[in-house]
Amino acid sequence: MLGWIRTLRERGVLGMNERNTDYIMRLNPRRLYPLVDDKLRTKELAIAAGIAVPQLYGVIRTEHDIGTLAELVRDRQDFAIKPAHGSGGDGIMVVAGRSPRSPDIYRLVDGTVMNEAQIGFHLSNILSGQFSLGGHRDVALLEYCIKVDPIFSDHCYQGVPDIRVIVVRGYPIMAMIRLPTRKSRGKANLHQGAVGAGLDIATGVTTYGVVGNDRAVDHPDTGAPIAGLALPRWEYLLGLAARCYELTGLGYVGVDIVLDRQFGPLILELNARPGLNIQICNRAGLRPRAERAMALPAERDIAVRVARSRELFATPPTPRQAA
Amino acid sequence: MGAGPMGKYKVQILALVLSVVGLGLFAYKVRMLGYPVLPDQDTAVWTVETRVSFVAAPGPVKATLFIPGLTPGFAILDENFVSRGFGFTTPYVSGGRQVQWAVRQAEGPQTLYYRVVVYRDPTRLESDTTPPFPPVPQLAEPFNTAMQMIVERVRGESADPASFTAELLERLARPAGDQEVELLLGPAPDAVDRARTAMTVLAAASIPARLVRGIQVSNRERNAEVVPWLEVHDGERWLYFDPVSGREGLPQDFLVWWRGEDPMVQVDGASGVDLNVSVQSSVADPIVVARRRAEAHEDGVAEFSLFALPIESQAVYGVLLAVPLGALIVVFLRNVIGVQTFGTFMPVLIALAFRETRLLWGVLLFTALVFIGLSFRFYMEKLRLLLVPRLASVLTIVVLLMVAVSLLSNRLGFEIGLSVGLFPMVIMTMTIERMSIVWEERGPSDAIKQGLGSLLVAASCYLVMGLELVEHLVFVFPELLLVTLAATLLLGRYTGYRLTELFRFREMRSGAP
Repeated sequence: MLGWIRTLRERGVLGMNERNTDYIMRLNPRRLYPLVDDKLRTKELAIAAGIAVPQLYGVIRTEHDIGTLAELVRDRQDFAIKPAHGSGGDGIMVVAGRSPRSPDIYRLVDGTVMNEAQIGFHLSNILSGQFSLGGHRDVALLEYCIKVDPIFSDHCYQGVPDIRVIVVRGYPIMAMIRLPTRKSRGKANLHQGAVGAGLDIATGVTTYGVVGNDRAVDHPDTGAPIAGLALPRWEYLLGLAARCYELTGLGYVGVDIVLDRQFGPLILELNARPGLNIQICNRAGLRPRAERAMALPAERDIAVRVARSRELFATPPTPRQAA
Repeated sequence: MGAGPMGKYKVQILALVLSVVGLGLFAYKVRMLGYPVLPDQDTAVWTVETRVSFVAAPGPVKATLFIPGLTPGFAILDENFVSRGFGFTTPYVSGGRQVQWAVRQAEGPQTLYYRVVVYRDPTRLESDTTPPFPPVPQLAEPFNTAMQMIVERVRGESADPASFTAELLERLARPAGDQEVELLLGPAPDAVDRARTAMTVLAAASIPARLVRGIQVSNRERNAEVVPWLEVHDGERWLYFDPVSGREGLPQDFLVWWRGEDPMVQVDGASGVDLNVSVQSSVADPIVVARRRAEAHEDGVAEFSLFALPIESQAVYGVLLAVPLGALIVVFLRNVIGVQTFGTFMPVLIALAFRETRLLWGVLLFTALVFIGLSFRFYMEKLRLLLVPRLASVLTIVVLLMVAVSLLSNRLGFEIGLSVGLFPMVIMTMTIERMSIVWEERGPSDAIKQGLGSLLVAASCYLVMGLELVEHLVFVFPELLLVTLAATLLLGRYTGYRLTELFRFREMRSGAP
């Protein structure tokens, strides 16, 4: 077992305890947490800074506001409901369409049909804090429903793939893409069975795949090979992630980005305690990269930071690819 | 925040200070006050009983008996006087402490008892005053000349009162050929004679000395012998010498009884006085002894002892004091092993409930309660209740379930089911609520994994907190919680992998990176 520990150390794998004490506590002042824990504040911040985010249709703050739902989404065929303080995708409900004849019948992305009262109950649960950390009262956001970019048509079962970039002091150091599966019920959540695929910081091409904690070569539902998918507008996307450092002041932040068919890369949410599974699908440890980023000079030009990151944190070719 | 390496040192220094304080207090209580480290570790005590019997002539009787006062190496736990019809006082007299019995009118055989219970207390030292120099004894010739010659000779071969005494006793022990010594000792000297002779010579050399009488308490003795000993003051403190062998020091089990020339017992107005001293060794609750010892020391530590609390409060604190240890186990299992639980300290509270139910029943009851509660909770999901009313409903269900389990087990004759009422119901409710959300959002496997994790942690806490040794240690030595705190602080800076992460990152171990 000591051998296992040594191997993980040598490969620079970052553990939960080390992430918390050496990076999060050091780089993320607690007073900044509300900026990212509250998705509404993140969104307002991003809009003010001119960063692309899914459009906000409305906010439901009180039980009384639930009655205004129909009014808020009157002109929308589809929209997403999110708790402002949710974590891990909990409490998100995506309405994919509405009955043309009776607009108070909603069809969810997974095919379930709900009436307005059922949606209202979900909103009420969000407000009472069922999905927020610590069970505090929360608010519900109504926002634009992401349309999946067609490049993912072979790599995605329902839902929307979501790109996670770890940014240390403004330098993107590691990235992955989470591809929903049937098992994850369309959610881009690794814990629920979504595929995780490493992304080469230099190129934005997927490298290795992981389902749960195990390697995966093909998408379990579509059978498409996970590796070799090139994301469009990669440099722009890294720049978007890198800007979140200035946006929030968090030195160690996970940036979740989606590719919308119409609007391109949009920031979905930020995470002050990003998970560690990203290491498995990149087959690389976070620690050496984070240490490297810590040693880099403070740089205000985002393009320079992105260029530096692409140069430093490229995924080395596998022996097979090299051969 | 912004801690860096200095922060790390800060925690370590703090942990060190806490450990030193905690262990220091612990060591003080063990070493100096004799608090027992292990439960059921009994302290040896000796009961010395002196029986004075005599035949009273008709008329008033006054009896005096020396009793222990200054007892180096021992302390008195308890003493009592049995003397039917006699009044008694215990004054301090020149030879030490006495009990004086008196009665105005007595006739026939009478028996008076004095019983003392002593325990070994190495901290109890001679705290006597420095005596004045003794007057030079005036003896008739040829004894005076012999005495002077012995003083001259011994002085020539010694440096201080201690070596003088040792040399003198050596000469008294082997007087062969030494006429002066033989003359002073007289024919067939016993231990008391030797001690008296030594005192005379020591007085001539201006060294204060006195006769000490005591008894050996090493083992059971029906008729213990009163042993004379010699006490010599070297200007700073009293030294002890065996008047027969000349060896310095008190035997370990020598209980000093009284000092001086007076007899141990004196009875006026009676005849046929008989004295019997018996010794019995036994064991006593060490905590009682330790508390008595601390009282005797007028020690502040004992005043803050939990034993000063009423019994019911003691029981409460016996439980409460184990909680930080349970919390430490939670910290360990979560941050070093990586077990997932519902609620941070919920398992500790469940573990407390297990104290009453015992482990197997506790686990069964807990599982049953959570399982049935969860079924209700899933049903309630359909009713679409607001969060707080829903929680209140689950709470009601939990309480009803507890009542049902109690009634059912009572009917079936299982005593154990009654203790289900000790489960923390609010905590159970929150557990059910959290579990149902995890079940819905993350799937049953995550919910069951966390549920089992909670049970595992609760069982570990229960097993450790329930150890007799642990309960005993935290209750008798609450300062050890500082050490627990220090360990918790250090774990707070643990940056190594969690055990479960070795499994989680197993793909990172195998094959090419």
